[in-house]
Amino acid sequence: MREKKSGGLSRHTFRSNTLPALCMTGPVTVWLIIFVAVPLLYVAVMSFCSIDQNYNVVFRFTAENYRRLADTNYIQIYGQSLLIAALTTAICILIGYPFSFLIARTKGRKKGLLYMLVIIPFWTNSLIRIYGWRTFLGTSGWLNRGLEALGLIDEPLDLLFHRGTTVLGMVYCLFPFMVLPLYTAIEKLDRSMIEASEDLGARRAATFVRVVLPLTAGGIFSGSIMVFIPCLGYFFVSDILGGGNADVIGNLIERQFQSGNNWPLGAALSITLILITLLLVKLYQKCGGDMESLGG
Amino acid sequence: MSEKKIMVDLREVNKRYGENHVVRDLSLQVYEGEFLTMLGSSGCGKTTTLRMIAGFEEATSGSIRVNGVSVENQEPFERNVNTVFQSYALFPHMTVADNVAYGLRIKKTPKAEIRERVAEMLELVQLGGFERRRPSQLSGGQKQRVAIARALINRPQVLLLDEPLGALDLKLRKQMQIELKRLQRKLNITFIYVTHDQEEALTMSDRIAIMNNGILEQIGTPKEIYEQPASKFVATFIGETNLFEGCVSRVSGSEVGVTLETGEATAFGERFTPGEMVAVSVRPERIRYSREPVEGFSIEAMIREQIYVGSVLKTIAELPNGNEIRIERLAGEKIPEGGRVYLYWEQDDAKLIHSRSHAIYDAVENMSFV
Repeated sequence: MREKKSGGLSRHTFRSNTLPALCMTGPVTVWLIIFVAVPLLYVAVMSFCSIDQNYNVVFRFTAENYRRLADTNYIQIYGQSLLIAALTTAICILIGYPFSFLIARTKGRKKGLLYMLVIIPFWTNSLIRIYGWRTFLGTSGWLNRGLEALGLIDEPLDLLFHRGTTVLGMVYCLFPFMVLPLYTAIEKLDRSMIEASEDLGARRAATFVRVVLPLTAGGIFSGSIMVFIPCLGYFFVSDILGGGNADVIGNLIERQFQSGNNWPLGAALSITLILITLLLVKLYQKCGGDMESLGG
Repeated sequence: MSEKKIMVDLREVNKRYGENHVVRDLSLQVYEGEFLTMLGSSGCGKTTTLRMIAGFEEATSGSIRVNGVSVENQEPFERNVNTVFQSYALFPHMTVADNVAYGLRIKKTPKAEIRERVAEMLELVQLGGFERRRPSQLSGGQKQRVAIARALINRPQVLLLDEPLGALDLKLRKQMQIELKRLQRKLNITFIYVTHDQEEALTMSDRIAIMNNGILEQIGTPKEIYEQPASKFVATFIGETNLFEGCVSRVSGSEVGVTLETGEATAFGERFTPGEMVAVSVRPERIRYSREPVEGFSIEAMIREQIYVGSVLKTIAELPNGNEIRIERLAGEKIPEGGRVYLYWEQDDAKLIHSRSHAIYDAVENMSFV
């Protein structure tokens, strides 16, 4: 996109810059074509293919895969998926906003420490961390054992395999994606804005609603996009913690490629998910969202 | 001082940031309707003082009263003062009109009244028709006007201005200085204005408070400050001056004998003691010179350079000890480089200054040379 925009360069600069520019962008372009564009195209083509009796993909055009997406069972899961994503995003905002404010307003070593609290879990595979939660929350898990030992409960609590557990796991996995853009937005907020508001007679609550919130809305926006979209696809979280009671779109796709063995249907679901994602990003842009705060 | 109402009253205010003593024992009274400028170089404590009056900083000790009411325990939003920030601090997500209306909206003023007062205020700062613009669509000068309108619409008892013209170019700054001064006269609101620009201070102020290292060096009208500097710092900070260092040799009554490197001078002054180091300050425009020896006290010097800058002729003369003396005359004889001259001055034009101490306001006396 960038290169097209810079078409106004004079011929001289163009010529002298061609070779270095090709050297710099060439490998990345080849990489992107082989590993992003081609597979994507492959999935798109497959979504219009059929399968034979032995579940082999045959290249015979059909729109049947897309027609099947309107199945009520699927629609129910889309709805559940959107609900889980919305809940996760809302909880991430509610916890993430004060936390980001805290990081932005803390100084020195403490700030680094708080920041690390968010970053460190990133260094461990999220699948392992989600299994950790399962061990922690299970009927013979640490939490139930601990509560029993303290005499607070007589029988283990049934904590796993609920929609709520899935939301918990999603929040846990995606929280950093909310905090990072929020922190950036709050850090950028000029302190004199708050002072000016107070100077003009606004108490803290009024200052927050009228000045702080609107000026950090961009961070809430990009954080929400970065939490909401992965939520639709993080099938392993709902698999491990939801146990089939809280499936998201990602589970549907995974099932078609694995146990269902219906690749064209899985491809159609994938393409649909991509389209939903694009729609959301488009909506974000429409509302004045900044693409760079999504990480490019 | 005549009986004027004190609007802002600072008594022995101190501000410390850890080891850093930013404002020291500051006592300062600002009168109703006065334009007071706090002048000093960066880090002298002038902005900190302003922020303490606004309520953004808490004084470590001392008392601050605004219109007779102690404000130490008041939050910024409870104080009836408004600030014009150095960076303007306009709300970027609001239009010009919304920015100006902010204070009134917070106070739940009726909508019709808000509309009327915003229009009136924008007219006053010559921004009629800019209501729907965003701050990002304004020039520096326009932003400044919005910031002033946004503060003044609340009819504050005191308006605090923190280097409001610092970001503007010279021409616009000069124009805004005059406009601000007019606005202040018209509305008769107490202005406390912080700047490091001495010319700006001299142009706009009723009184100037000069600060240095957290200490109030001198407070007075621009004329008093310029003509009777209380310390060497003030003498050199406001305008140019020539300082002749010396030592008090004798004191008999109000007559002070000063030994300068170039001869013995006599001055009249109070509170000088023999052996004390003093400085004699003579402004460049007060130094006279002659090619012939003059009667009485004079200093022999050599012309180094003469520059004609239109309105004045600037001369730099060198003393035998190598010190440079700056002279400004409206017109005069052009003397070739290296020419010998005799410098002298009228007794009223020389000011005797304590060398070490500061903040002694009334110690500057007439002096005469034998």
